[in-house]
Amino acid sequence: MTWFASPADAAARLGEAGYLADAATATTSYLSGALEKPLLVEGPAGVGKTELAKAVGRATGAELVRLQCYEGLDEARALYEWNYKKQLLRIQASGDQAWEETHDDIFTDEFLLTRPLLTAIRRAEPTVLLIDEVDKTDVEVEGLLLEILSDFQVTIPELGTLVAVRRPFVVLTSNASRELSEALKRRCLYLHLDYPDAEREREIVRRQVPDLDERIARQVVDTVGRLRDLELKKAPSIAESVDWARTLVALEIGDLDERAVSATLGVVLKHASDQERAVKELRLSR
Amino acid sequence: MTSGLLTTHISFLEALRGAGVPVSLAEDLDAIAAFSVLDWGDREAIRQGYAATLVKRHAQRPTFETLFDLYFPRLVGDGVATDGAVATSSTDGVSEGVSEGVSDGVSDGPAQLADLRMRLAEALASADHDALRQLAAEAVGRFGAMRGRGPGLSSWSAYTTLQRVSPQTLVDQVVSALLADGRVDDEARRTADRRVGAFAGLVEADARRRIAAEKGPDHVARVAVRPSIDRLDFTSARKADLAEMRREIYPLARRLAARMARERHAKRRGPLDFRRTVRASVSTGGVPLVTHHKPKRPHRPELVVLCDVSGSVASFAQFTLMLVYALHEQFVKVRAFTFVDQVHEVTDVFRPGTDLGEVMGGLAARTAQAALWGRTNYGRAFATFAAEHADALGPRTSLLILGDARSNYSDLGVDVLKELTEQTRHAYWLNPEHPRHWDTGDSAAGPYGAVVPMVECRNLAQLSDFVRDLR
Repeated sequence: MTWFASPADAAARLGEAGYLADAATATTSYLSGALEKPLLVEGPAGVGKTELAKAVGRATGAELVRLQCYEGLDEARALYEWNYKKQLLRIQASGDQAWEETHDDIFTDEFLLTRPLLTAIRRAEPTVLLIDEVDKTDVEVEGLLLEILSDFQVTIPELGTLVAVRRPFVVLTSNASRELSEALKRRCLYLHLDYPDAEREREIVRRQVPDLDERIARQVVDTVGRLRDLELKKAPSIAESVDWARTLVALEIGDLDERAVSATLGVVLKHASDQERAVKELRLSR
Repeated sequence: MTSGLLTTHISFLEALRGAGVPVSLAEDLDAIAAFSVLDWGDREAIRQGYAATLVKRHAQRPTFETLFDLYFPRLVGDGVATDGAVATSSTDGVSEGVSEGVSDGVSDGPAQLADLRMRLAEALASADHDALRQLAAEAVGRFGAMRGRGPGLSSWSAYTTLQRVSPQTLVDQVVSALLADGRVDDEARRTADRRVGAFAGLVEADARRRIAAEKGPDHVARVAVRPSIDRLDFTSARKADLAEMRREIYPLARRLAARMARERHAKRRGPLDFRRTVRASVSTGGVPLVTHHKPKRPHRPELVVLCDVSGSVASFAQFTLMLVYALHEQFVKVRAFTFVDQVHEVTDVFRPGTDLGEVMGGLAARTAQAALWGRTNYGRAFATFAAEHADALGPRTSLLILGDARSNYSDLGVDVLKELTEQTRHAYWLNPEHPRHWDTGDSAAGPYGAVVPMVECRNLAQLSDFVRDLR
């Protein structure tokens, strides 16, 4: 199955799935599908990295298998694990059965617990595999991913090598909290998502918050753009623009004037020093 | 793929590698595979294809863009005029655009300059990127030509262009336009400055493109491509580069902190935690499959930073201080002193949660207090430090000295420095100069290096490597 027919097709179908992709995102997603290579998406928090994977799933009718990475994630949580308890039960239940038969028995599919990576590879239906926040894992887990990402196969010593029934569309996301290894990057296509331009952001906000007035949407996006120009610890991202728009709708604020901005600034800026700076630079009265 | 394209492709990759972007053979093949499914007629798609397959680090993206524009130029010469405002005519082998309203024979006279500046001011005020790019091309075509000795020997200069067009003088106009749009003045000025800076960048890119068309891209790629921001020397950074470096500090500190914390966790395996191990073994029928360990006490060093803030090394000292403070959670205590010939404590400038802009301002304002005579004197600075602030050092402190070790041929105070370092756990000297300049002129890198290990630290990459390994 081909995932997308062309970059334009990718943009259109992602758009239908509720994800407004710019040219770079559409082209890279298309390439990732066409070349059957994993897609590594990097960028600041809240610019829609995870959402891209979900949107690809929705647009192509594929099911999403998600592996959330965290510090201390290991093979047993990411790939597969033998069901020790069940194996122990099996050994106890075997009674006078010969050991040779039993030990062949307990290393079969029945005792295998598949984790997200193995699940994604064994599925016969179209699958989007999302490996989220891959930079949070330890370096050893990256090594574990290499075999899957380059050959779409998993080697289990007791069973042999399991090759993908159908290659999944793999998306890896990273906040760049650490540099990923060259070996991992080499196997992936790379996409850096950044804050969108004003027009695209306005469109995104309008889609996510349909109740929002056109004029306020413009004000929200303009103000967020101005905030990003300041040197802040954490610049507001798309997610924050959308939250802000939702807040304004909920509070029924009809005009984003100085008072409204300083009253709701906490939705967009989440460091005290950032808020102070914004108040000072944008000359807001508190 | 025709042989011409393949040659361009190969030399493009060579240029990328030369500029420090590691492109492997596998990625090369990926790029070729990508082009078999992309439309060669679409320059934008090809650019994205290259970017996705070859450039795996965002910091390298500007380098990539520069080189891509050189090897796959957007247009040749002045290109084909896309709208009515610019028509092309050919004079002595160089085609130049002549605007309709002012076509009086000369193409780079004062009338054209005024006209171009007017259009430029409008485009800057409305931040119209396409118009700006076209104006940059036109400006270089008109005002940046350096006539050679004969036809075909002409060259192009971004410097001449910017001197004649002088976009800096348009800042006020842009500011007033932005103010009318409801921006506040500081912010308007910053925005205007940035837009003018971006225009200067466009002019430089266009001049590079034109030179590349005449002399071949390889020639330009070797000389004109600047290193990425984390490899740029502190001492050769321009104002815009410094601002960009400052924006890099927090992400860098975050990456470093994550990495330091992780490395600490990896080493945390202390003695066996018997209780937890037995607990865990219950679920596996009493067999202790997984062992649990007690955490080790982490060692967090105390840090004393002593920096030379005179003239050329000041920005290096500021970056190092800011990075150290952004990482203050990784250290028990940090104290900072600045000196030129007097020592002055600046620890109080860095309060947790303060904003980097304020910190920079505070540091700059305090520089005067570190200078009595205004000439760097390491000997006196060390002596004053030993006399007034010796209590800052102890057996748990790491002493960090930042400076170029150029002491204006005065007393070096090596003995005082030796005494100071003997009181500390570790001492390091970070020198922002290239080692080949050490011990030249009044540099005392040798004598100091014999007492304190001296480390070369010229850019953000080297700085972050050093801070990470700091114990």
